Amino acid sequence: MNTPVLDKRETAMNTPILEMRNITKTFPGVKALSDVTFQVAQGEIHSLCGENGAGKSTLMKVLSGVYPFGEYSGDIVFNGTVQKFGTISDSEEVGIAIIYQELALIPDMTVYENIFLGNEIKTNGFMIDWNETIKRASAALKKVKLNVNPATKIKDLGVGKQQLVEIAKALSKNVKVLILDEPTAALNEDDSKNLLNLMRDLRNNGITCIIISHKLKEVVDIADSVTILRDGQTVCTLSAKKGEVTEHDLIKHMVGREIDNIYPKREHKGSDEIVLEVKNWNAYDPNIGRNILKNMNFNIKKGEIVGFAGLMGAGRTELAKSIFGNPDGYKINGEMRVKNKNVNFSHSQQAIASGLAYVSEDRKGNGLILMQDIKQNITLANLGAISNQLGVVDGNAEVKIANEYRISINIKTPSVEQLVSNLSGGNQQKVSVAKWLFTKPNVLILDEPTRGIDVGAKYEIYTLMNKLVEQGMSIIMISSELPEVLGMSDRIYVVSEGRIAGELPIEKATQENIMQLATS
Amino acid sequence: MSFTQNLQKVLRENIREYGMYIALFIIFAIFTVTTKGVFISSRNMANLLNQTGYIAVLAVGMTLVIVIRHIDLSVGFMAGFLGAVAAIAMKSGTPAIVVIPVVMALGVLGGLITAFPVARLGVPSFVASLAGFLIYRGLILMVTMGTGTIIIADPFFNAIGNGYIPDIPIGILPGVHKVTLMLGLIAIGLFIYSELNSRKQKEAYNFEVLTRDIFILKLIFVSALIAAVTWVLAGYNGLSWTVVIVLIVVAVYHFITTQTVLGRHIYAVGGNPEAAKLSGINVNRIIFMVFGSMGMLTALSGILFASRLKSATTTAGTLFELDAIAAAYVGGVSAAGGVGKVTGSIIGALVMMSLVSGMNLMSIDISMQYVVRGLVLAAAVIFDVMTRSSGK
Ligand SMILES: Nc1ncnc2c1ncn2[C@@H]1O[C@H](COP(=O)(O)OP(=O)(O)OP(=O)(O)O)[C@@H](O)[C@H]1O
Ligand SMILES: [Mg+2]
Repeated sequence: MNTPVLDKRETAMNTPILEMRNITKTFPGVKALSDVTFQVAQGEIHSLCGENGAGKSTLMKVLSGVYPFGEYSGDIVFNGTVQKFGTISDSEEVGIAIIYQELALIPDMTVYENIFLGNEIKTNGFMIDWNETIKRASAALKKVKLNVNPATKIKDLGVGKQQLVEIAKALSKNVKVLILDEPTAALNEDDSKNLLNLMRDLRNNGITCIIISHKLKEVVDIADSVTILRDGQTVCTLSAKKGEVTEHDLIKHMVGREIDNIYPKREHKGSDEIVLEVKNWNAYDPNIGRNILKNMNFNIKKGEIVGFAGLMGAGRTELAKSIFGNPDGYKINGEMRVKNKNVNFSHSQQAIASGLAYVSEDRKGNGLILMQDIKQNITLANLGAISNQLGVVDGNAEVKIANEYRISINIKTPSVEQLVSNLSGGNQQKVSVAKWLFTKPNVLILDEPTRGIDVGAKYEIYTLMNKLVEQGMSIIMISSELPEVLGMSDRIYVVSEGRIAGELPIEKATQENIMQLATS
Repeated sequence: MSFTQNLQKVLRENIREYGMYIALFIIFAIFTVTTKGVFISSRNMANLLNQTGYIAVLAVGMTLVIVIRHIDLSVGFMAGFLGAVAAIAMKSGTPAIVVIPVVMALGVLGGLITAFPVARLGVPSFVASLAGFLIYRGLILMVTMGTGTIIIADPFFNAIGNGYIPDIPIGILPGVHKVTLMLGLIAIGLFIYSELNSRKQKEAYNFEVLTRDIFILKLIFVSALIAAVTWVLAGYNGLSWTVVIVLIVVAVYHFITTQTVLGRHIYAVGGNPEAAKLSGINVNRIIFMVFGSMGMLTALSGILFASRLKSATTTAGTLFELDAIAAAYVGGVSAAGGVGKVTGSIIGALVMMSLVSGMNLMSIDISMQYVVRGLVLAAAVIFDVMTRSSGK
């Protein structure tokens, strides 16, 4: 990477543009932040790290006015004055913009409409000036180096590009501090690199960036300083310019102990018993009128972890759904055998009954029911196990089971009666995993299982995966994180554009040959 | 924390749930004053409950329909039409005991017919049920064309909407309905028992429970409420059959929604249809069941109404659907789906019908009545939305 030329920030570095003092924020039953102090210097990239539920998102929501003045205690000092934001627009007014992990764009609107949504350019005070809008949208897109027609609909862009549109939207509002909450969680390597470079550009133009990320490599790469939160408290702020901190340091501070190898060791035991076999698998998606899966062949053996690597959008999620009862109604042509029996699922119920489980990548969109509590989410896919013949649910059994999972996979919550919407992202993911473990599957499909999850929890999930395969379960792990695929799998299939581009035994797999197949 | 602080906290955190009880209480207080006590008299209360009955059962069904993110506009005229079918059947000599189950079955069928285009073809329920609205309106006119109002003579059938449960003829407490009092006492006993029980279980799991004094206050308050209602009703003719039917419906639906797999599936489909589908829930089946149940309750509503009027009229069922929808919203159902309790909707129905009853007693003109009901509906939903967004 070329080091950026000496830039404006060197001089401005030490004046804090933002200071949050003694911030305390409580939710019923949870003290999310206690006495947190957070200082950001003018024109730096400041990374906020911490385990799931440490309070990162909450701190940023306090900063951006999502939790208005009066709902927290402590002071926000921005540009030398104490700020009392009542709404998000108050904070936008002074130049603070936040980009949430869940993108807030409207899929059916065009890029330029989205960029100026809520901030429309008007002539005569009431009519929208579309020409000016398009012109300025193009300018904003240029700033983020996004080369698309502003009249493109958002839904026709990939996540990486959508992320850039979000940033363009923020830039159009004359932002001074840009907050990004896990911006690269859903991006592939290339898009991530792109985004990080863009952040450097912004910094060199004097915009201060705060980035929350669980990808520590990225943090080490890009941050000028790092603040670490643990259990709602500030642990420390480290200077992180050029090699001053390592991933290892960060982990130590985040977790409070040392983790040496984040991929726990396991013997690669071969078994010849095939539990799932898919042959000549084709799928056609009538909604987009295209063949999305083409002539795929693969098998999963008992007690192994099979990684499905590939670029985002290669068709791995579609593949998982197509074998899991095909809820999206693709037209499928092909053969599937579970435990040597031909099966033909027309509904997810049948897939579950045959011992398949699918932990979806998009936990909010199609994994969890946010307005329900933890225990109801965990038992949803297997209510039969806690109800009698008449279908009456045994509430006690439910609580007991939910508590068992809470403890065994360490879901951080005051009680299993907590609503899932109130959990931090990583803990939501754990609930999602618990829900499917409770269906007692033979084949567990994990779709991006550690997206948005902190190192400690990742380690726990990996350990859990090892324990499960030890007990004879088979795991399909769809992951776009190559180190994870290489660290955990016994065997790897690489998927590219709806095809199996190749199969690699773990001994032969390297980042390079996987990427080569993935882009073939 | 002191008792008052605790109480404030509990009220603040549950304001949405207690809000409608408070609203109901205020409405009762206002009408009691403005009608110089007539409103709260045993006779008027008995009437009010009987009037609420046919809307209350619709509101229960509508709650579930809205919970799964749908709507059913056809229920009003379908109720009217099924009432007319019942009247005609009895006029031709079929005994009520046969007519009632058959009409209920027809109701289920009607509900399933509405559900078909919704579940199988993806037609929006608003449109599918609007078509039903028009069709049933036409059918009512068709079957009453020759006769106009059809009088119902069957005494058994008419007792459903007008009769009261029998009393035991013993000498004590003359002028008071003893069986009603006894049932009231049993209800209080059951209430206290179940509250104690669930508290004990929650404590065993270290879940948050009300503090002891507030818990006792709640027990006393609710028991007093049940006692008061029982006493007022016992002072007139006792429990009506309508109230008994509504209580049974509420009890059954409350049980199904809170304690069974089916209930869970319904709320899961409403909360996140995609997640529900991936969890192995047959979403279409749930849609059919919810609309089928709506149809059955629609038939029940039609029966209650026809029985109350002892006749089937050409205008029966007009605006029932809107009253039921309003009751559900006042009762705290969320239009976004997945949230809402059948017990809330019953209170909602009571709020809406109290307004009608109170304003009738005050002889307020019907034009003004509609305006007031509209304002109360708006206020209730605004309150709900506001407490919902600040509550998170
Ligand atoms: N609305 C809420 N109601 C109750 N508790 C909440 C609410 N929002 C957050 N919390 C709790 O506050 C704590 C901090 O959550 P927060 O979302 O800030 O964590 P985070 O550091 O962003 O974690 P992640 O990396 O998993 O996103 C968690 O324990 C969470 O359960
Ligand atoms: Mg977060």
